Amino acid sequence: MDSSILLSLVKMIVVIAYLFGLFWVMGLKVGKITLGGKKVDISRWINLLGAVAGFGIVQLAMTKFGGFQLLNNFDIGLLYQACTMTMVALGLNLIYGFNGQFSLGQWGFYGIGAYAAADVTFRWTNGDSRGLTVLGIGVILAGVVILLIGRLLSNLRRMPVLSSFTIYLVGTGLAAVVAVFAGKLLAPMIDPLLGTNLAPGPLAQGAALQVVFVLGVIFAGIFAAIISFLFGLPVLSLGSDYFGIATLGFTIVVYTLMVNTDTILPFPEMRGGRGMIGIPKLTTWFWAFLFMMLVIVIMRNILRSSHGRSIISVREDETAARSMGIDVAGTKLLSFVIGSLFAGLGGGIYAHYIGFLSPGAFDFLIGFNPLIIIVFGGLGSMTGTITASFGWIFFLEGILRVVLGQISPEAPTWRYVLYPIVLLLLMLVRPQGLLGNVEWGYLKLPRIPLRKSAAEGEKA
Amino acid sequence: MQKPTSLPKPPVIVSPKSFLAWIGKAFLILLAIYVTYILISNLIQNPGLFLTNIINGLQMGFVYALIALGYTMVYGIVKLINFAHGDVFMVGAFVSYFAIDRFQLQLWPSSVFPDVDPNLSIVVGTITTILLSMLVCVLLAVTIERVAYKPLRDAPRIAALITAIGVSFFLEYFGLLDFVFSARFIPYQRPFEVVTWYFSNGIHLLEAGESLPEGSITVSNILIFIVLATLAVLLFLQFLVKRTKIGIAMRASSFDKPTARLMGIEVDRVISFTFAIGAAFAALGGVLYAIAYPSIRTLMGVYPGLKAFVAAVLGGIGSIPGAFVGALIMGQAESMTASYISTPMRDAIAFSILIIVLLVRPTGIFGEPEREKA
Repeated sequence: MDSSILLSLVKMIVVIAYLFGLFWVMGLKVGKITLGGKKVDISRWINLLGAVAGFGIVQLAMTKFGGFQLLNNFDIGLLYQACTMTMVALGLNLIYGFNGQFSLGQWGFYGIGAYAAADVTFRWTNGDSRGLTVLGIGVILAGVVILLIGRLLSNLRRMPVLSSFTIYLVGTGLAAVVAVFAGKLLAPMIDPLLGTNLAPGPLAQGAALQVVFVLGVIFAGIFAAIISFLFGLPVLSLGSDYFGIATLGFTIVVYTLMVNTDTILPFPEMRGGRGMIGIPKLTTWFWAFLFMMLVIVIMRNILRSSHGRSIISVREDETAARSMGIDVAGTKLLSFVIGSLFAGLGGGIYAHYIGFLSPGAFDFLIGFNPLIIIVFGGLGSMTGTITASFGWIFFLEGILRVVLGQISPEAPTWRYVLYPIVLLLLMLVRPQGLLGNVEWGYLKLPRIPLRKSAAEGEKA
Repeated sequence: MQKPTSLPKPPVIVSPKSFLAWIGKAFLILLAIYVTYILISNLIQNPGLFLTNIINGLQMGFVYALIALGYTMVYGIVKLINFAHGDVFMVGAFVSYFAIDRFQLQLWPSSVFPDVDPNLSIVVGTITTILLSMLVCVLLAVTIERVAYKPLRDAPRIAALITAIGVSFFLEYFGLLDFVFSARFIPYQRPFEVVTWYFSNGIHLLEAGESLPEGSITVSNILIFIVLATLAVLLFLQFLVKRTKIGIAMRASSFDKPTARLMGIEVDRVISFTFAIGAAFAALGGVLYAIAYPSIRTLMGVYPGLKAFVAAVLGGIGSIPGAFVGALIMGQAESMTASYISTPMRDAIAFSILIIVLLVRPTGIFGEPEREKA
């Protein structure tokens, strides 16, 4: 065995061990200790410290010390990719693994997030603040409008889905129109500070750019969530397989629009099928880690709340859940929207890591990857999803590329021949995924034992 | 004394006749009016182009119908979206390509019996080529079913679905390798010459190099071949499903598998048979598709496969006439969108139609209402 293969194998194992260690420390319960005469529970502080240390270790490994760098740029890229994949896959696991709605639309929301966030920073660095103002005002206004309409409609029963969809659509459309005008009015006040492409102004760099980047990613995530709300409202009522095929259609529609961003959609800077270039590469380990942890913490806390219990109960048995007074349609929508929000955030981080977006990266064939990852890791297991995402990236992009690259330069294409075989073998040997529904450390949920028939789903 | 608390407002029940319930319907009606307006205004503007679009849509729709039949039958029996079906379609096209390009199989009657009529030779040769593709695809599909799907019959449904995706990926990426089919677009040599007729004050044969008169409609022998082959397949399938023993077994297995098994039906054999017959039609569809649009590549089966599945869902999954009607609708929608709205948006329109139809009729056009599961 070649040393580089061994090295990448070791790296993969170290990364997975790192993750398990991280979540172990974050979930550590030390109990109360006496501190200056008072009993203090320091578990929380230790957990937080663990997360910070988890960030710091990798940051140190990335830093150059006199020409020596533990992780090279290739590994760092893999880490960023793994972080975004984790966010996307966790979102899908919330939709499919925990709520039981078979969705193939995750990749579309990922793409929407990536393009929206990239557009904001791209325009900002080129002396145009309209991207930020329009998107920001738009998502805030649309969010407010949706919440208001939701309040108004909340007391109605047996409202036809199409009617409420039409009302939401009209409301959001109006909000979008207002946002475009307001954003265009507001932008000229900021524009002079941005300067031009050749001579950037004071706000186009440094801390201001970082703020814009974070705002852009967050707005892009909310944008994806709003789109998922409008799309999910009618489509979630279709039922399992039909929902799956409709979401697959959504991914294809998003892909088609991406290829035609400069012809059908009015975004010449995205350059359609040629791909969007010149996105500032702003993703650092700090932001990637922060957003990933944010997603993990939010999702874990949602699952431990009453909303999480109703999400899981809808998966187990819709009729029983409805008879317990759970709003089944609302719960499905909630998990779908939050899952898409995660995908949108992941997209924003990815766009600023790679610096180049082409529609080919958001093709629906690649869109099966998150689904395969969550099935690999185990449906309804956060630990499994996170491990599988990191393992997936490090195995497929890391080891297999290195191993096959040594055989011959064309061989890396073989990895896509090998991975379906691995997938088939895994499905034949262990259909419930590598980790089943085991959770670890911080991610442990108060377990609700699954009913056998529900856990296995409808049998063919 | 305790303060009287205000009770929560009782929920308002929206009656189906109220204004709120009509908003959604009004939305759909507006959409329908808009589509009708586009179609009618274009029909008045240029009737020739409109009819040409309908003919193009028919050609597309009949090929989709052939693929959709396999989807609808397999889904009807095993409740599995057989993602590999589109790749079986692709393999069918490639088998015929190799047969024609490397072995000149379409000319075998005239090379074996030199004094046979050349027209008859081409007909027999083409049919032989199609039969060969069908045979290879049947073997492939049955192998896939035996190796990948059968061990998972009792596993969760998602495992089978992921396996189907895995098989599909394997076929695609294996085909993309340079020594297999490669990623290039390959020009496909048709087994027979294209003959085109045009309608303009009567039917005329279009000579080579002759320019078309303004506003005329053309029909080629390819279209006639596709339509005849598809109709023959449909009639055969209706006969098979309604009249023969294996057809009754298929319907029984799709209705209730455990009971069918109790009645002495070998369900596994029925399922294999279903996969085989679906693959045979997909292979036929693949050859016809390649003849109609003579440029093939490894990923050619992805979108037709998806659209055929959408067509099957549109018509009501599990229903054979439904798959046919759904495929025709998809074909028309695609050619009309490509012509009057914008070419890249045709996939988007296809899926939008699916979503709208499912919202109005959740089981598709010909679908039977879902049975209550015990």
